[in-house]
Amino acid sequence: MSIDITTAAKVAKLARIKVEDDALPALAEEFNAILGFIEQLEEVDVEGVAPMTSVTPQRLKRREDVVMDGDQQEKVLSNAPDAREGFFAVPKVVE
Amino acid sequence: MLDLTYETPKPKVIAGAKHDWELVIGLEVHAQVASNAKLFSGASTTFGAEPNSNVAFVDAAMPGMLPVINEFCVAQAVRTGLGLKADINLWSAFDRKNYFYPDLPQGYQISQLYHPIVGEGEVLVELGDGTARLVRVERIHLEQDAGKSIHDMDPNMSFVDLNRTGVALMEIVSRPDIRGPEEAAAYVVKLRQIMQYLGTCDGNMQNGNLRADVNVSVCRPGDYEKYQETQDFSHLGTRCEIKNMNSMRFIQQAIEVEARRQIAIIEDGGEVVQETRLYDPDKGETRSMRSKEEAHDYRYFPCPDLLPLEIEQGWVDDIANDLPELPDEKKARFISDFGLSDYDASVLTAETAAAAFFEKVAEGRDGKLAANWVINELFGRLKKDEKEITESPVSPDQLGGIITLITKGDISGKIAKDLFEIVYTEGGDPAEIVEARGMKQVTDTGAIEAAVDQVIADNPAQVAKAKENPKLAGWFVGQVMKATGGKANPKAVNEIVAKKLAD
Repeated sequence: MSIDITTAAKVAKLARIKVEDDALPALAEEFNAILGFIEQLEEVDVEGVAPMTSVTPQRLKRREDVVMDGDQQEKVLSNAPDAREGFFAVPKVVE
Repeated sequence: MLDLTYETPKPKVIAGAKHDWELVIGLEVHAQVASNAKLFSGASTTFGAEPNSNVAFVDAAMPGMLPVINEFCVAQAVRTGLGLKADINLWSAFDRKNYFYPDLPQGYQISQLYHPIVGEGEVLVELGDGTARLVRVERIHLEQDAGKSIHDMDPNMSFVDLNRTGVALMEIVSRPDIRGPEEAAAYVVKLRQIMQYLGTCDGNMQNGNLRADVNVSVCRPGDYEKYQETQDFSHLGTRCEIKNMNSMRFIQQAIEVEARRQIAIIEDGGEVVQETRLYDPDKGETRSMRSKEEAHDYRYFPCPDLLPLEIEQGWVDDIANDLPELPDEKKARFISDFGLSDYDASVLTAETAAAAFFEKVAEGRDGKLAANWVINELFGRLKKDEKEITESPVSPDQLGGIITLITKGDISGKIAKDLFEIVYTEGGDPAEIVEARGMKQVTDTGAIEAAVDQVIADNPAQVAKAKENPKLAGWFVGQVMKATGGKANPKAVNEIVAKKLAD
């Protein structure tokens, strides 16, 4: 698989990262290098091997159904560029 | 499973300009898990709180914050799965669904695309006309809800509240087994009922705790049967998905409108494009959400912050052993134990609170009579006052007391209605009220005979007519009931009037 400039531009757009047109060829090259590495990995026969999900044997940590967080509106909003009446205020996004 | 057997309903047929068409519908129902805290944080799920007050830093996606799963939410999903007789997957995993929207600060939703916690199940959807559809459930997965954007507070800005962000949702995905708008609504009603019984989702659609995405396609009669035989989707038409509906009425309207739109396109020689659409109830049309199409490249991948979710069979068994009686079973029991009609049993089992109320009233009494009183008198009266069964001023004991007085013959049915109104508005013990206010039925035949004699003596002309036309006896019965203030035993009055007129 090879990533062309159009695909690179699409990936950048999906990631909401602005990439100037003249930077796209280099970006596509980088993607291809990464994919090349993945293709190399795909040569290994992993038939019947379960995907590894953790380096050490661990069980997913659970929490109890107890409210022990929240109630910190001011802190939650403190980094927002714009907040009004307890809400984050963002440029209009209605359809 | 049950000794209730139903016929399969006929699919809805819409006549196009050229042919008849059938509908094929599948639903994705998003049900908010009833829990105190969110799926991956310790913030509250309470509805209607001050904006952004139920927000942990995990929910706000602050850098470095990691999700920790709420075990109760997992149990709720398992419980729901068991309630739908579904397979429970002891090994499931979370994936990231990537998209940007202001009410999703992480930039992705944690969901379960590849390995959902619940597999195949089923829902029996009764349609009230003696038919029922068995709808297959494909899967249930756990995922995070998004926040809420408010667009009408400012002309240029949208306001975002993250209180709902990260609340646990169960997405319940059906197979395309639903064949009409009414069936679709009935399916959602039944799902909601089952979850309310289980206590896994409160089902409040107004608050957005239950929402549905509806997949609609149309096909020619006969095509669906081919699909069923082969499970090959190529026999069905191209589907469109109508997003985010939160009322039974809109679900039905949207399906009808969308089906007609697709039929018009096909009959015009065009092709339906698979896409996401929105239903506009004001205009009565669906429209494309094209702007969202590109964003639909979700680039799912396993969530690196969460290990796979492994649960033990013993834990699942404990939940299974603790399941309450479910609607289908309760209904079957009401029919067999209390001799109720299918309809009455359905009405009484619609909500657990109503079913429990009825059972207390019916205990040791005539089931059918109890059902009549709960459904016709109590429900009717509560509806007039816009009260829920849980707010009933009449307790099961009080209503039961009234019914006991009727069966003992102490009061007539008519007086019982007056008594019910007194108990409803003033409270008190029915038997004591009857004593104190002299409402007891007169069964003393001597007293009734005297009253009948009096009416006959006062109305010689009517007597003459009645002798020729026995149907006029009813008039005398009415007069006697009036004279005794409705307290005379109607059966005794009937008999005595008939006897006296025949003399």
